[in-house]
Amino acid sequence: MKKNSTIIPMPFRYLINIVLFATFLFVMNSLITSGAISKYYAGVISFIGINIILAVSLNVATGYLGQLPLGHAGFMAVGAYTSALIMKAAAGAGIAFPFALIAAGLVAALFGLLIGMPALRLKGDYLAILTLGFGEIIRVILLNIDNVLGFKFTNGAAGLQKIPKTTTFLITFIFVGITCFVIHTMMKSRHGRAILSIRENEIAAESCGINTTYYKTLGFVVSAFFAGIAGGLYAGNIGILNPSAFGFMKSIEILVMVVLGGMGSMFGSVFSATVLTALPEMLRSFASYRMVAYSLVLVIVMIFKPSGLMGTYDFSLNGLLDKLILKIKGNSDSGGGKALSGKKEGNANE
Amino acid sequence: MSKFQRTPVKLVPVPSPNIIPERDVNKTPILEVAHLGIDFGGLTAVDDFNMAIGRTEIAGLIGPNGAGKTTVFNLLTKVYHPSRGTIMLDGRDTAGLNTIQVNKLGIARTFQNIRLFKDLTVSENVLIGLHNEMDYHLPGAVFRLPGYWKAEKIARNRALELLSIFDMQDLADSKAGSLPYGAQRRLEIVRALGTNPSLLLLDEPAAGMNPSETTELMENIQKIRDTFQIAIMLIEHDMSLVMGICEGICVLNYGKVIAKGSPEDIQSNPQVIEAYLGKKKEGN
Amino acid sequence: MSLVISQLINGLQSGSIYALVALGYSMVYGIIMLLNFAHGDVIMVGAYVAWLVIVSFSLPPAIAIALAIIACTVLGVVIEKVAYTPLRKSPRLSLLITAIGISFLLENLAQLIFGAGSQQVPTLITGPSIDIAGQHIGFTAIITIVVSVVSMVALTFLVQKTKMGKAMRAVSEDMGTAQLMGINVNSTISFTFAVGSALAGIGSVLYCCAYPQASPTMGAMLGLKAFVAAVLGGIGSLPGAMLGGFCIGIAEAVVSAVGLSVWKDGVVFAILIVVLIFKPTGILGKVINEKV
Repeated sequence: MKKNSTIIPMPFRYLINIVLFATFLFVMNSLITSGAISKYYAGVISFIGINIILAVSLNVATGYLGQLPLGHAGFMAVGAYTSALIMKAAAGAGIAFPFALIAAGLVAALFGLLIGMPALRLKGDYLAILTLGFGEIIRVILLNIDNVLGFKFTNGAAGLQKIPKTTTFLITFIFVGITCFVIHTMMKSRHGRAILSIRENEIAAESCGINTTYYKTLGFVVSAFFAGIAGGLYAGNIGILNPSAFGFMKSIEILVMVVLGGMGSMFGSVFSATVLTALPEMLRSFASYRMVAYSLVLVIVMIFKPSGLMGTYDFSLNGLLDKLILKIKGNSDSGGGKALSGKKEGNANE
Repeated sequence: MSKFQRTPVKLVPVPSPNIIPERDVNKTPILEVAHLGIDFGGLTAVDDFNMAIGRTEIAGLIGPNGAGKTTVFNLLTKVYHPSRGTIMLDGRDTAGLNTIQVNKLGIARTFQNIRLFKDLTVSENVLIGLHNEMDYHLPGAVFRLPGYWKAEKIARNRALELLSIFDMQDLADSKAGSLPYGAQRRLEIVRALGTNPSLLLLDEPAAGMNPSETTELMENIQKIRDTFQIAIMLIEHDMSLVMGICEGICVLNYGKVIAKGSPEDIQSNPQVIEAYLGKKKEGN
Repeated sequence: MSLVISQLINGLQSGSIYALVALGYSMVYGIIMLLNFAHGDVIMVGAYVAWLVIVSFSLPPAIAIALAIIACTVLGVVIEKVAYTPLRKSPRLSLLITAIGISFLLENLAQLIFGAGSQQVPTLITGPSIDIAGQHIGFTAIITIVVSVVSMVALTFLVQKTKMGKAMRAVSEDMGTAQLMGINVNSTISFTFAVGSALAGIGSVLYCCAYPQASPTMGAMLGLKAFVAAVLGGIGSLPGAMLGGFCIGIAEAVVSAVGLSVWKDGVVFAILIVVLIFKPTGILGKVINEKV
């Protein structure tokens, strides 16, 4: 009986990833705090982190669950305002920030649940329209709620100002790590498989006893939760909030990252979020052409490679190392080829 | 006036129009369907469908195209909800349940047009069938608690075990969509077995198979029944398969049952012949 | 009372425009199951064409109107041929995202070429206003409602009574069978896009009569609301699109009349959500079942 051989044994696989990530955090943090990387670029890097969380979280609902929610910015907005208001009340105490972020995530998750309940009963296009509608309603409410409440809550179009800028590189990327870790472990479990099965064939999934309503909601809520956290980080990065920043356009921008990166590929989302955040910064002078290029690239990729640049490919560092080690061992065993081809879909044993 | 003497009458139960193998007679039939029917708007797709399946029976559901066979499967698995009639699964009325619930109660199926999870691997497809056999929850998965590792290991071994029925264990890491047609059909059966059913519904399992594959399938279906001691009902057009392994056969035409019986009964039934081949022309 | 009626007339006026645009959405969805997000931006192009023709080329308004409608028609067909036809066999998600991409592309090109601000579109149509029972009704309102109704009647005639209309209905029902019956599916689809875009062109002209400003994002919100109208009436249903358009127009007028005009957009989307939750197929839509 052929076993799915993994060369590097289990505990070490995690250790390698953790050590590498920790090293990355340490190095970057040192560079930033020492001033080797300027404050401006540090802000950009934080932005990259925020967009990574947004793209990876949207990927859960689009790439993995197979739906097309067009209101992701709404969850981000809810999280942003929640975190901002908490931090303002806490007078910018840095220690409160992680809690504010978790609160932001939970509030966004609640909205995800409320919106998911009607939305997930609908198929394809209708779900897209419904989530779009909800996203717009959230924006309109954030814009006008002060009139209803009678006191300054969100400050509407004037913008919520003087939000404590507590977003640092470290905290951003710690949450990037948490986001990717949680989503990855969820997807490489029976819950993840259930979510994927819904994307592949919902009727067949039901016939296997998968509670599709529960898993669609779970995917949606998880997606919203991390979007909320990203919103909180965004608020603490930029210092002011305006509802117009969270409209349909923003939802589309995040969708573009996911689609270009490859729906169903976390690595693709990370990669495209990084590129699509960094590139415009480097091409500041071409700002007006950026959006045109954006749209053109989106259309062209859709026509020629509908599954996105990375498709459903998932990068696995340990998978790469496995291949390397097998090569070094002088891979003469042809059976090794089959085990390796399985690696492409991401290592099932992680 | 003489008192009117009423003769005492002994009431006997009327035998239902259903048949099951003798060896299963002492246990509740795994499936008992009475007067099942469904209308789609003005069209009655299935009407007055009665059937019983013994706990270890291999039953067949045959009939011309469009007779309503897959509709019956959809009714049993609650993809459609019946307009009338009752379905008793293992003695339990399934009224009001949905597809997910009846699967947990013990019905699994394959589909006429294969419904595999094409982008997932063969073993992942089977693991999805084993979903409800694993008992860890989301925190267990995220924090990789011991419960996760244990359940996954057991499930993986079980998946390979099930795949070995059709000698497919070496294909475990291939993408389901890349398998040849016959292998995809077999994978669907394995996935359905993963849900630990008491009744397995196979919708045209031999479609697109050549004679030697069909013979192998016949052996495997019997092997599945013997190993797992479950009941199997299949829809098939391949008469060699139906007559070869089915014990009780139900013939459907225009949504109604026209005959029921053993393969021998069915083969010589004039109405069945007429349904399949048409009426003999007068004067020929 | 007169305030109520004038708000009602406003509602009918904007509703007519929504209806014209919603018709385009419904027709395209009916035939290739695509929510053409770029539809609203076609209107924007029409408005800019009208503006260019009058301001840059100093041609009379009549020509501006004609060219605007022609431009919209051509643009709609070109988009279909270039971006949607290649994806006809692809998953619907890809098609939807492409439509979003085209919408984005049009908006950003307009922003690049004309700047983000709005341009004043000179008066395209002038005429006498009428007074009925003391109620003043502006000419633009009259012409908008009249033209819309006439267009809808003409469209209904086209779809029900002509050969091409029959082809359109056949392709919406079953593309494969229609092809087997000898219908040229590609030209039918292009024709559908052409008609839908022409209606959008008419809508854009009428819109400019009421709100004489062209800006890159003008089509976005208009398109979204017309889209809500199409869904409300039942996407794929032409009478539904008309009905939905008028409902949305009147709803907005009512909301403005009670002084809550800042919530206008929110109300429209709230209507969308209520419809999708309680009757996703819309007022006049039909349910489609998936074969198992």
